[in-house]
Amino acid sequence: MSNALSAAPSLVSTPRAMSLETIGMTKTFGSFTALDNVSLKVDAGSFHALLGENGAGKSTLVKSIMGYYHADKGSLLLDGHEAQVRNPRDARDLGLGMVYQHFTLVPCLTGAENLVISRADAPAVIDWKKEKKALDAFLDRMPFRAPLDKPVSSLAAGEKQKLEILKLLYLDQRLLILDEPTSVLTPQEADEILGLLKGMTDRGDISVVIITHKFREVTAFADALSVLRRGKRVGGGLVKDMTTDEMARLMIGDTPIRQRALRQENTTGPVTLELAGLMADGDEGASVLNAVNLKIHSGEIVGIAGVSGNGQSQLVEVLSGQRPLRDGRIFVRDKPFEPTRDAYFRLKIFGLPEEPLKNATVARMTVAENLAFRNFDRPPNAKFGWWLSPGPMRTKARELIARYRVKTQSPESAIGDLSGGNVQRAVLARELSGEVDVLIVANPCFGLDFASVAEIRSQIMEQRNKGAAVLLVSEDLDEILELADRVAVMSEGTIAFVSPIGETDRATIGKHMAGHE
Amino acid sequence: MNDSTPLIVLIAILGGALRVSTPFMFVALGECLTEKSGRVNLGLEGTLVLGAMTAYAVSYHSGSPWLGVLAAGLAGAALGGIHGFICKLPKVNDVAVGIAMMLFGTGIAFFFGKAYIQPTAPRLGSISLGDWTGNAQLATALQINPLMIVGILVAILMWWAFANTRWGLIVRMSGDSAPSAMAMGVSVDLVRFLATTAGGFLAGVGGAFLSLYYPGSWNQGLSSGQGLMAVALVIFARWDPIRCVAAAFLFGATGAIGPALQSVGVTQGYYFFNAAPYILTLFIMIASAGSKKAGRDVPGELSIIK
Repeated sequence: MSNALSAAPSLVSTPRAMSLETIGMTKTFGSFTALDNVSLKVDAGSFHALLGENGAGKSTLVKSIMGYYHADKGSLLLDGHEAQVRNPRDARDLGLGMVYQHFTLVPCLTGAENLVISRADAPAVIDWKKEKKALDAFLDRMPFRAPLDKPVSSLAAGEKQKLEILKLLYLDQRLLILDEPTSVLTPQEADEILGLLKGMTDRGDISVVIITHKFREVTAFADALSVLRRGKRVGGGLVKDMTTDEMARLMIGDTPIRQRALRQENTTGPVTLELAGLMADGDEGASVLNAVNLKIHSGEIVGIAGVSGNGQSQLVEVLSGQRPLRDGRIFVRDKPFEPTRDAYFRLKIFGLPEEPLKNATVARMTVAENLAFRNFDRPPNAKFGWWLSPGPMRTKARELIARYRVKTQSPESAIGDLSGGNVQRAVLARELSGEVDVLIVANPCFGLDFASVAEIRSQIMEQRNKGAAVLLVSEDLDEILELADRVAVMSEGTIAFVSPIGETDRATIGKHMAGHE
Repeated sequence: MNDSTPLIVLIAILGGALRVSTPFMFVALGECLTEKSGRVNLGLEGTLVLGAMTAYAVSYHSGSPWLGVLAAGLAGAALGGIHGFICKLPKVNDVAVGIAMMLFGTGIAFFFGKAYIQPTAPRLGSISLGDWTGNAQLATALQINPLMIVGILVAILMWWAFANTRWGLIVRMSGDSAPSAMAMGVSVDLVRFLATTAGGFLAGVGGAFLSLYYPGSWNQGLSSGQGLMAVALVIFARWDPIRCVAAAFLFGATGAIGPALQSVGVTQGYYFFNAAPYILTLFIMIASAGSKKAGRDVPGELSIIK
């Protein structure tokens, strides 16, 4: 700043990135304090990571900044000036943009339509020739492109995510808040997008706040970080000054974590579950499973990696009887398997589907009833197969609730009132409390806190050690790398790659996830 | 039977299609607009009947059928507005409200309409498009009502507006993804309220056609479920205004099969042919339920698919 010229405002290279600061932000919901006096500063042109467990207040903080919530106390400074954000529209006008976990593009509109209509000054009658020209000129200035002429519903997740970010840049937003933006992307796509954003922050075009669970992304891309725990900012600083262990400790505090179940190096047994040429159609009729072939031995976890939307959900639905097969057979212990209630019981097949509240429970029924889904019509819960006895059911429910530490007011509470982690634990209790030969697991730890994650993973490992054949579908590659004995990559509805976990690495798996050899 | 019989039947079917398709068209366009914004209005049958009664009464008192058409539209807009307002309230199911509104609409139409069953009101005129043909039957068949042309123009306008105007995009956005629309600061409730009101207006105008042109009188059995059929038409037309018009003509044509055959002396299966539009509806519903394309075009926010 010794140069006299630099003091004059330069019209050519004005740094466009905006700084953001919250001072003493507090937000309560009833008696629950979601945000407790949070002060946090994001410098202009920095890449700031916001870490914290689920329920730590990250979402509440960014929603308060974006005007979805009105903070009870505290203020927001943008570029050093106090700003009033009463609603998301105000935030947009001030240059704050947000990319959500779910996509906010309108599926039936094309990319171009989505961009134009999101503008505050969208013309009443749209001159598409002129707008297309302007959009092309805009894309030429951007570090990446996305197709604009197709309806968004037909785009791949990576393209959608790019388009979400392009939309914010098109709206000339100068500070972007990204809420776990990479969960739907391959590692390469994630690295590409975060790298591009990083480049833009380095050039001073934008500032970025990113909510993430992935330490890898924090250390690779972020400059600074803040950690929230129970609504408080408990620490932070420059990324280069901290280790991931310190970050983790800040996030979880003193909560004791259950010891991970160790992988017993038992030799794997015979093939228990065999998928032979499974073919199935998606909701819209297109083929989503194209000949899935896989053998899983007892005492083995096979992890299915892949970008979401490549048939993993449908595979789990086929195995849990929620989706009919068009072709192919499933064999359990060399016998053909049909998804009937009786077969699940006889062959001891259990499962933890994703979104357990939707796929494995009836939200309005009680915890006790939900816990009895597998055996409510068998003794001692029922006489003659139809006369139910609530007594034994309730006794069993109490036992399971205690053993699996399900936090519920009583066995008679509706299971829909439980928190996500406790619903997951309740389903776990129902599925894993007996003898398990085959276990189908899909994204078991999605959205859960550290303690629950460790517990659920160790339960899965225990079942493997006891000899179950485990199929683990996960969008979290780290989870697969931690748990699986073998990894199988699913791409475009088929298994593109199988390898023992020790003989492959993240980059190879990522390449196959993206569909490249 | 002679050689010209098939021709006469075809002309009669064409005439029937042109004559009776207009109410289907208006109700279908109204429902199309409503559903594009993410709301279902099953009450359009009631709107149609109330529109018919209002148009007839206003035309009778004022002597101007076009004033009647306007009044019918306003009555329809009022019913649509009530529907839109009630559906904005929390935890209200638009299908249930729609059925209630259907009964409400027909109910007040019958209540106020008692006095207008006897008198004769001035009716809408027609435009002769077929005089040049020199064929009396064709000339009769090609007598069309200006409202039909208005309907086709409205459909073209809607089709264009859905793709080329801010309002069109906002309506589609509200219908496909309410969270996205809200994230952009769009008041989804307001958009749906306005779309439902405008849809009611169109359905009311469709009712005016029934009482002021064809059949051209007011009585309680006037609509016989055409409003409900039109709602089904929208699904068949996959939420496209232009296809709504085509579907309305198809319905009109099938409805004319029975009378057309009767006019050449085929009386066998008369009632069966009269049921043709309803049978068609049934098959359309079955076919579209299995259609993959319909699943793609359906607005994501419609409560019937949630």
